[in-house]
Amino acid sequence: MGHAKLPRKSTNIDMTAMCDVAFLLLTFFMLATKFKPEEPVVVKTPSSISSIMLPDNDVMLLTVDTKGRIFFAIDNKVKRKALIEEVNTTKGLNLSDAEMNSFAIGASVGVSFSQLKSYLSSTPEQQKNIDATAPGVPSDTVATSAANELGAWVTSARMTNPKLRVCIKADGDASYPNVAKIVKTLEGLKVFKFNLITNLKAIPPGTAAYVEANSGKK
Amino acid sequence: MAEMDTSSGGGHKKGTGVKKPKKLSTRIDLTPMVDLGFLLITFFMFTTTLAKPKTMEINMPYKDPNMKEEEKNKIKNSVALTILLSKSHRVYYYEGIGEDPTKPPEVKVTYFNQKNGIRDEIISKKKMVDAMKASGQLTAKDQMTVLIKPDTTSTYSDLVNILDEMNINDVKVYAIIDISEVDREFIKATEVANGGQ
Repeated sequence: MGHAKLPRKSTNIDMTAMCDVAFLLLTFFMLATKFKPEEPVVVKTPSSISSIMLPDNDVMLLTVDTKGRIFFAIDNKVKRKALIEEVNTTKGLNLSDAEMNSFAIGASVGVSFSQLKSYLSSTPEQQKNIDATAPGVPSDTVATSAANELGAWVTSARMTNPKLRVCIKADGDASYPNVAKIVKTLEGLKVFKFNLITNLKAIPPGTAAYVEANSGKK
Repeated sequence: MAEMDTSSGGGHKKGTGVKKPKKLSTRIDLTPMVDLGFLLITFFMFTTTLAKPKTMEINMPYKDPNMKEEEKNKIKNSVALTILLSKSHRVYYYEGIGEDPTKPPEVKVTYFNQKNGIRDEIISKKKMVDAMKASGQLTAKDQMTVLIKPDTTSTYSDLVNILDEMNINDVKVYAIIDISEVDREFIKATEVANGGQ
């Protein structure tokens, strides 16, 4: 006796508030998310101070990996379907409907036209395996030559969607001649304006760009 | 907020002998729901690309194989700075366009350093052009021009770096040109002068 009884407190916590927070964040992420497009190869882009955003639509993406293999991709399923139909007729590839659908839902292409049919008829898993060893889209410095299949892709893609912006996403360690091939091809097709995808880095202080960037705010 | 008070109510009926149904608690254990919520958050966080990739826009000069010689833009030797990109991220540069074979330019080598790198060279050249404009040697229309000639041994990151320097230093006119044999000789000669490799 004489002991003051400590009131027992329940160990149950009210989870409601936590649940609210969790779902609030969940809603935010669901709305803000845009799924990463499937990448055929890992590419580490170099950095620049440029802060122009990549446009959302009408993007043609040319990926170049360290070995200089070129992968071609455009966005938008409908446009992809139109493109493969166009390529099928101009190049006489005899693709079946299923193979063309495979292109429409697929990511990017890194094989030559002669291998395209077998590439598209394989399953997505097999395609991934092929991507790992694929030679890339053959290209050349002369845009109009028959061997320059990249030129053919770009021409067809621009035919189906003239608003396409060409973006080059190349690995920092890719050697210059491989990138130059793409640039020469584009120049030959009269595409003089294109984007290079880079990471953002800070503007070094004391330079002209730094002065300009800070002149607006005072 | 989401709980309901179920403990009160029915207190006044105590002792009347009426059997009252046992009241079940309306409290639900929310822990699994929170678990699920956070699991989904984690999933979306990993798959999301919040920061959209940034791009650098470049405009190549109009080029046409049928273009006549006289339609091509000629640049003055005094406003030009030629930059050669070479192996192991080396940058060779010289004043002018190096056209005159009788007077080979003085080729210097540097790197993409923050200090004493190619940036300082671009800035000093810019100042030089501005001074020449002020003294009347050049007209207001003349602009400093940088000729970028990447060698086959250079990498894409070199190209992006040098284009970035153009943006950083606000160089309005620059062009990417194929490297010539003469320029390759310059690089070789400079390498030899600097002790090989």
